[in-house]
Amino acid sequence: MKEKFKSNRNSTVSYSLVIALFIILSIMSGAGLLGRKYSSLLVPVCCYIVAAIGLNMNVGISGELNLGQAGFMSLGAFTAVIVAGALNFHGVTAPALVLLICIVCGTLIAGFLGWLMSIPVLKLEGDYLAIVTLAFGQIIVNIINNVYLGIDENGLHFSFVNNSIQMQEDGKMLISGPMGATGVNTASSFLAGFLLVLISLIVVYHIMNSRNGRAIMACRDNRIAASTVGINAVAEKTLAFVISAALGGAAGALYGMNYSSFAATKFDFNLSILILVYVVLGGLGNMTGTIIATTLLVVLPEVLRFLSIYRMLIYAVVLIVIMIVTNNQTIRLRLKNLRQNKKESGKGAKTNG
Amino acid sequence: MQFLSYLISGLGLGSVYAIMALGYSMVYGIAKMLNFAHGDIIMVGAYVAFFAISGAGMPPAVAILLSVLVCTVLGVVIERLAYKPLREASSLAVLITAIGVSHFLENGALILWGADSKFFPSNIFPQGGPTIGSLTISWLTIITIAVCCVIMILLMLFVGRTNTGRAMRACSEDKGAATLMGINVNAIISLTFAIGSGLAAIAAVLLGSTYPSISPTLGAMPGIKAFTAAVLGGIGSIPGAFLGGLLLGVIENLSKAYISQQLSDAIVFGVLVVILLIKPAGLLGRKVSEKV
Repeated sequence: MKEKFKSNRNSTVSYSLVIALFIILSIMSGAGLLGRKYSSLLVPVCCYIVAAIGLNMNVGISGELNLGQAGFMSLGAFTAVIVAGALNFHGVTAPALVLLICIVCGTLIAGFLGWLMSIPVLKLEGDYLAIVTLAFGQIIVNIINNVYLGIDENGLHFSFVNNSIQMQEDGKMLISGPMGATGVNTASSFLAGFLLVLISLIVVYHIMNSRNGRAIMACRDNRIAASTVGINAVAEKTLAFVISAALGGAAGALYGMNYSSFAATKFDFNLSILILVYVVLGGLGNMTGTIIATTLLVVLPEVLRFLSIYRMLIYAVVLIVIMIVTNNQTIRLRLKNLRQNKKESGKGAKTNG
Repeated sequence: MQFLSYLISGLGLGSVYAIMALGYSMVYGIAKMLNFAHGDIIMVGAYVAFFAISGAGMPPAVAILLSVLVCTVLGVVIERLAYKPLREASSLAVLITAIGVSHFLENGALILWGADSKFFPSNIFPQGGPTIGSLTISWLTIITIAVCCVIMILLMLFVGRTNTGRAMRACSEDKGAATLMGINVNAIISLTFAIGSGLAAIAAVLLGSTYPSISPTLGAMPGIKAFTAAVLGGIGSIPGAFLGGLLLGVIENLSKAYISQQLSDAIVFGVLVVILLIKPAGLLGRKVSEKV
């Protein structure tokens, strides 16, 4: 009962944080206080938050390291480009409607492929599982990088590796291999990003507080013990993996609809790692922390811009120092003691000081 | 004949991967961490060798030694400063720190040496090579394969026969018990990083001679490939890393030659997935079953 209450409190904190951030940022953006540099970050921050929340479902709640989240994002982004291209071609141009359909399609495609991938991936454990997700991420990006896709009145035209598409006069290329998606009519907005963050939080908290969520966490803490009480570990881990992939796809769709052109190589290994950094810094299984860490880390390189060429160097040092400080036993103990009552803290400091 | 020539150049490329994977795998075996900065140490090694030869005009042998020395020291310093404080932390925290180190080295190189790629000197190894029938094998390929075999045998003898090697294996099994037996675990971990980084420098020289254009992001892809090779062979196993590296190089080269230049990465990683499905702990890895 106490646990239930605690997780409800956690989710309330998350929701209020997101809503507060949205209201403050909207007002600032409306009043022109943000400037172009930071305004252009609003939608990407939402994308990264959604992708990170999804990844946290897998890494934090289910306990399986995934190094291929960017692969799912690229699936979502390119699905969105194709769907939006088809819709635009047939005269549907209302941004909200196009975006909604794109995000739904991106989520479904990424979720479906995530489910297909989970079949081989979840047969493995630990670092072997991690490298297979890395491999799938690379494979997806490598394949999309060779896709050529165009649309004309006869429908979609597809070719692979070499561009051999011949189209009618009114045809339009949607994806051109290494050049990536081109000529996208952008449809994303901060409001849409905010709603997507809110929906993904609702989904994730709903699962975390359900019977399935408790089973997923039980498998993470001790798979064998969980199996002995009748939990189907593979089924539960599959659920977490698919949700994670689907949220990655949704984030990718939002991301894809925010830029008029982008290449598949945008979603390389570095992006997967970046999102993993957000998750780990925010705290495994802690969605509020993920939101804060993502926002800070996306903004940090912009704030450090005055350092010019040294900015990414400082960023790297900040990353290392944060990891060392937050994992320092003495500091951790102090923090823990602060939360406990005084009597216990005196005891703890004595034995470990 | 054509096939044989692709196969041999694949073995050459695979030997470079194998040397990198050996370093990766040893560090993993002892420190139980995925050292994502390994690729960037290779990059530093390549730059040191480049400046020693093209800048300072040193003879290649001295330049290689210098590069090995710099990388070894760099590896030990990184371990002391960044990884040692995290000995008790979760493996994910160490992973993120390694990523931080990787960013640090990459951007440090960018500031020091600029973003434009430099041309790695081609006079380190003799040009040309022996011809058998219609098949010409370059000296570089022969030397690469030979160096890789020698390193693998030396490492196996070192780990298998010497006292220090025994201490290493003890640390990789159980650090607590190793400490109780009087082994200085911290020294062993430092030594492992030293060996791994030294090997990275050798790989850097061979890689630079094979693909002469070097830039600050040079290490990223080879780092991932070394990781892949180490896992393919069974991470933590020395002959496994050797086998995994060779296999990866051959598959990559043959798929580039016969299937598709652009899709070679997808094919390499596809093979990795298939092999791990058949042998979940890699080709020569040990499957450790969890005790209840």
